[in-house]
Amino acid sequence: MSLLSIRNLSVRFKTAHGLFTAVENVSLDVEHGEVLAIVGESGSGKSVAMLAVMGLLPWTAEITADELVFDGVDLNSLQPKARRELNGGSMSMIFQEPMTSLNPCFTVGAQIDEMIRFHTDEDKQQRKQHALELLEQVGIPDPQKRYHDYPHQMSGGMSQRVMIAMAIACSPRLLIADEPSTALDVTIQAQILELLLDLQATHDMGLILITHDMGVVAETAHRVVVQYAGQQVEMQPVLELFEHPRHPYTAALLSALPERARRDQRLPTIPGVVPGQFDRPQGCLFNPRCRFADDRCRTTPPLAAAADRALTLCHYPLSYSPEPGA
Amino acid sequence: MSKQAILRARNLTRYYAVNRGAFKPNATVKALNGASFDVFPGETLAIVGESGCGKSTLARVLTMIESPTSGTLEIEGNEIALVGGKPPDELRRHVQIVFQNPYGSLNPRKTVATMLEEPLKLNTALDIAQRRAAAEEMIAKVGLRPEHADRYPHMFSGGQRQRIAIARALMLNPKILILDEPVSALDLSIRAQILNLLGDLQDEFGLAYIFISHDLSVVRRIADDIMVMYFGKPVEVGPADRIFEKSRHPYTKALFSATPVADPRRRRQRIRLVGEPPSPLSPPPGCAFAPRCPNAQADCSNTEPPLEFRGPVEVACFHPLD
Repeated sequence: MSLLSIRNLSVRFKTAHGLFTAVENVSLDVEHGEVLAIVGESGSGKSVAMLAVMGLLPWTAEITADELVFDGVDLNSLQPKARRELNGGSMSMIFQEPMTSLNPCFTVGAQIDEMIRFHTDEDKQQRKQHALELLEQVGIPDPQKRYHDYPHQMSGGMSQRVMIAMAIACSPRLLIADEPSTALDVTIQAQILELLLDLQATHDMGLILITHDMGVVAETAHRVVVQYAGQQVEMQPVLELFEHPRHPYTAALLSALPERARRDQRLPTIPGVVPGQFDRPQGCLFNPRCRFADDRCRTTPPLAAAADRALTLCHYPLSYSPEPGA
Repeated sequence: MSKQAILRARNLTRYYAVNRGAFKPNATVKALNGASFDVFPGETLAIVGESGCGKSTLARVLTMIESPTSGTLEIEGNEIALVGGKPPDELRRHVQIVFQNPYGSLNPRKTVATMLEEPLKLNTALDIAQRRAAAEEMIAKVGLRPEHADRYPHMFSGGQRQRIAIARALMLNPKILILDEPVSALDLSIRAQILNLLGDLQDEFGLAYIFISHDLSVVRRIADDIMVMYFGKPVEVGPADRIFEKSRHPYTKALFSATPVADPRRRRQRIRLVGEPPSPLSPPPGCAFAPRCPNAQADCSNTEPPLEFRGPVEVACFHPLD
């Protein structure tokens, strides 16, 4: 059985101008010990979908799903108390901006301690010991001293390590990392990603990595979900995705990467912008920007061709001849 | 070389005094600690480094927003009496800047046309009609439509806003454009559009770009020369091809290997840098990179390595990589 399984998750927000669909029919499974990356541009609904899984969306959000099951627990009908026990316990999340996610009024030690106090029945001394071990584990030098530091005394990389320490404090089985390294410098980003992968491997955690950086995806993920305007347009194992993207959007995104283009040529671009609340096109959401779109794309929304663990949301997925380069 | 540099910087420094409270003496932060380089017309110098390495301080000094603590800056052969004095307006006009975040750098209360006309109003004798014509011409050049002229910034997407910011920077026909992380706030599919636009404008106007970025895939794409900075100082300066092919400074090498590459077949062993850049209030003795450097030896923490030519590339390291 999958660790997390989602079927047809949709999230709509009630706004002053009517309902806004932020996430539409997202379905995915995460296995134990798997690293799943969700990529997409801003506004593609990748964070919102995962916040829905964590139950962290505000009341204006209307969440519907045929199935939303984590480790045998139905998240749809979860009572608040059970939800609080689950979050931070067996399911945990790391947020994008470490500097703003920590409480500035408490020492980082107190914030890690709170996690352990709520989820376990360790006594005060055990908790302190546990927190120091966690700080050590995430690579914070001099944990004894750092335990008593406030968030403002730490750098971005250090704060993110504290966030990770909090998230893994109760050995979660699923860790959702929302752009964990975006706000950090590259050498620090490399350290944080390595740390996450290390922890993921040693604890056999499921890891969902939300990112917009194709480089991060290529270096970390086992399987990749590509989102566009709230829809899941493609899901493939990482090698296949980079070598044989099947959705025109994925293909266009990959060819727009500066490192994939030839220097003497112009960068291939995707014309237009991601549709917003009021300019959602008919038919396939990508059709106004797609090179291959025809009348069918402009009128009929494509259905997800749900192959087992791969998926393409397109009437005409790209196909590849057996000989590459043809 | 026959090429004439449009901008020459020699030993630029910028120090800040930091107040540490009533009972401690002020400390000095050496945000920029000796940068020398040349920029040529129609070429791009990329400045690469992590936060706190002095990239943005350098940008502020070059745009004459701030004057350096010491050092000289020449634009088109005219030395600017920077230290203390106010640089002449004509020279200021030659250097313009595009900031990282187009959501913060445009005034939300002004229309696009007003923003584009403002520099002309302050610096030229053009009348209203001429200013408007110039603004409309520039709007077309950066790939916006004429009807955009009377709209406000909130009506535009991030990519379009960055086009507006670029248009504004070009209104006074500058010779040098400083691009401070111009695409890092943009989405992937928009990034390519802006990079192409920058390339086209460079060809059309023969602009010299100083491109500040930490995204090496973008730098590789557009840079002619690279200056890698660490802790306020250049550690490696030279032609982009050479540095990408074989970096000599251990920091450059670590930086390159830390950058994720969008190719799952190339997951490789990274050079692990331990720790973080040092605090500017307590700089380490000798080479600033020595505490994190995998190749550091005893002499590295004694004296600071000077920037020296090693082949075609300048490197500040006692033990450069082969």
